[in-house]
Amino acid sequence: MDFNDTAEEAKFRKEASDWLSANAEKKEHSRDVYRPAEMTGEGGESSALQDAKDWMTKKYEAGWACLHWPKEYGGRDATAIERVIWAQEESKYKVPGGFHEIGQGMAGPTMMLYATEEQKKQYLPPMAKGQEIWCQLFSEPGAGSDLAGIKTKAELDGDTWTINGQKVWTSGAHYSDYAILVTRSDFNAPKHKGLTYFFLDMKSPGIEVRPIRQITGGANFNEVYFTDVKIPDSQRLGEVGDGWKVALTTLMNERLAVGDASGVDFQEIFELTKESDFNGENAISNGGVREKLADWYCEYAGLKYTKMRNISALSRGDTPGPDASITKIVSANKLQDIANFGMDLMDNASIIKSDDKDDIRALFQGSLLGAPLIRIAGGTDEILRNIIAEQVLGMPQDVRVDKTVPFNEIPSGSKN
Amino acid sequence: MNFEFSDDQLVMKEEVRKLFEKEDSVKRNRSILEGDENFDKDLWNKVVEMGLTAVTIPEEHGGIGLGFLELCVVAEEMGRAIAPIPYSSSVYLATTAIINSSNDDVKKEYLPKLAAGEMIGTFAHSEELGTPTSDNAKTIFQNGKLSGEKIAVPDGDIADLFVVSAKSGDKVGLFLVDADSKGVEVSKAECFDGSRSYANMSFKDVDAKIIEDSSSEAIDKLLNQAAVLFAFEQVGGAEASMNMAKEYAMGRYAFGRQIGSFQAIKHKLADMYISLTLARSNCYFGAWALGNDAPELPVAAATARVSATKAFYECSKENIQTHGGMGATWEFDCHLFYRRARLLSANIGGQSLWKDKLVSSIERSNLPQ
Repeated sequence: MDFNDTAEEAKFRKEASDWLSANAEKKEHSRDVYRPAEMTGEGGESSALQDAKDWMTKKYEAGWACLHWPKEYGGRDATAIERVIWAQEESKYKVPGGFHEIGQGMAGPTMMLYATEEQKKQYLPPMAKGQEIWCQLFSEPGAGSDLAGIKTKAELDGDTWTINGQKVWTSGAHYSDYAILVTRSDFNAPKHKGLTYFFLDMKSPGIEVRPIRQITGGANFNEVYFTDVKIPDSQRLGEVGDGWKVALTTLMNERLAVGDASGVDFQEIFELTKESDFNGENAISNGGVREKLADWYCEYAGLKYTKMRNISALSRGDTPGPDASITKIVSANKLQDIANFGMDLMDNASIIKSDDKDDIRALFQGSLLGAPLIRIAGGTDEILRNIIAEQVLGMPQDVRVDKTVPFNEIPSGSKN
Repeated sequence: MNFEFSDDQLVMKEEVRKLFEKEDSVKRNRSILEGDENFDKDLWNKVVEMGLTAVTIPEEHGGIGLGFLELCVVAEEMGRAIAPIPYSSSVYLATTAIINSSNDDVKKEYLPKLAAGEMIGTFAHSEELGTPTSDNAKTIFQNGKLSGEKIAVPDGDIADLFVVSAKSGDKVGLFLVDADSKGVEVSKAECFDGSRSYANMSFKDVDAKIIEDSSSEAIDKLLNQAAVLFAFEQVGGAEASMNMAKEYAMGRYAFGRQIGSFQAIKHKLADMYISLTLARSNCYFGAWALGNDAPELPVAAATARVSATKAFYECSKENIQTHGGMGATWEFDCHLFYRRARLLSANIGGQSLWKDKLVSSIERSNLPQ
């Protein structure tokens, strides 16, 4: 048992680290992260977006983008462990990110399985290069956790599909160039049998993107409306009516892409309890506070070492356990509880809103408001528990009343 | 990175598991719980035959000379089997205390006997209600003689030798007492987990040998080492409890379907799995720190201990809940694990003590990055 790289891993790490140190600025401490020069736009992302595109292009040109993709599509043919090592090294630098995950992590792998060779050559290298951004048009007002309940309608006439309906919770739709889309092409077939999957240009006529203001005040998500949007049949991925199977490919990649919840963690609450006053002492002297710190440390460390066990499995060439679900449940709930408790320790001072990113209050306030979104996005706590029970422990699926009947006979959405 | 047990260690784990399965250790647990014997001598002899009492003892002292990582995999299987034998007292505690010692005479005299299972050892530490720490001992060692009282000594009525914590000058050290020495009085105590045996004892001017008397840190180190090993035992017990709950939920039908198809039960099982996975991963780091005698041991041991205690408690109580009324009967095995979970939560200091130790250790060390 050790934490050392193999000789090959060490060689790869050095190569990565050499390139990064020549091309990026190293963080001085863990909170010393990339910050955009200007914070305009409702999502606050405008200069961050261009910076992220440019950083991806720089990586692409040096062979460090989409490491796990085949070289012919702009990747590096790297192993899973090399991908982890790259991420570890890159995280030591102040570099922009957060815009390419849906394209490179979800749309790309789906295209690789289902697109034609010509399409792969046309769309994948620009996706790797990073100047083109993709979004995912899946969830609808009546279909979130129950994704197969979507109602956006696709009708075929000749070689062209016409799309009408509405999507929701689409991250980055307002700056995306392309999208992957699941529609219902047959309302008389059972729920999971009538879906068809496409990719499309977000500049197609008939698409309207409206931002959703979240509880954080930001607007990273959107509603996307379709009015007679035309898609050529050549942009269909998978067979007509086989869209659920294709969507599962995408979603499996989403589970891998979703990682730790970002925001306050053990370090922040530990520092805060050492600094804040509680009945004339530092809060950390209090027994109740110490019990909470111990619990959070155990979760923090447990996730860290679970990740290391997974990396070890990758290093041996094994498939890691499906523990990404655990990571999200535990880290999102920990984030929420730490944020809430931290603000409690600050007492009345926490009530005064702060937008200064260097102010610890802003960090805790932002985390408290962001946590509910993290507990829902990419699989709710409840859906993830089902996944653990069914896929890890092998327990039976719930009894379903919607699997064999025609879709148009199933009640759906909110009735209140 | 190779944060996993080696193939040899995993083979060893499998062998130990097979032994306990073949011997139906859970059934033996119940026999001890319901009978008059204080431990299962037949099972103990089989464990000795397999060499499990000699794992960490150096070859020069009659042992196998393996490391603590091997002992960790054995501990997990002990926990899964809820074995009714004095293994933890003799191996994790007494043997480790003597291996840690700088007194070669004590090593030469006792380690070969412990390795061969000719002697069973234990650690006599607690003195009153509350938490045993390195500095609250009232037992006194002076001029080669030891006097005082100890309570709730695990396997105290079984052991042939006691490692005893006692004050010597301004230090609290570790001393060794033969059970048959003049002035030793042992009284068996009824135990909450009747598959294990406990005793109270008093020492009046008893001959004692020095294991370590130059610093109080010897006790802290021993407790940290034992904490990792007990945490593996707890993880083994937690996993067994979770698997029992799962098997039952798959085979029990209500409202016309398997109860394991209800989300109320599935989410309970998912939470057990989460708690178990976090504990197991923390145990692995504990094993690494223990095996390497790393400066991280205090943090690693407390982290493993706290999360494994939590996992075994949660899994053993929710296993009963999943079984419904039958889970709370004497006849079903659920309570054997529930009792063992409680015993293991208290035996080297309770959850509040270890949480406090964990935060103190984090305060003393550099923050993890």
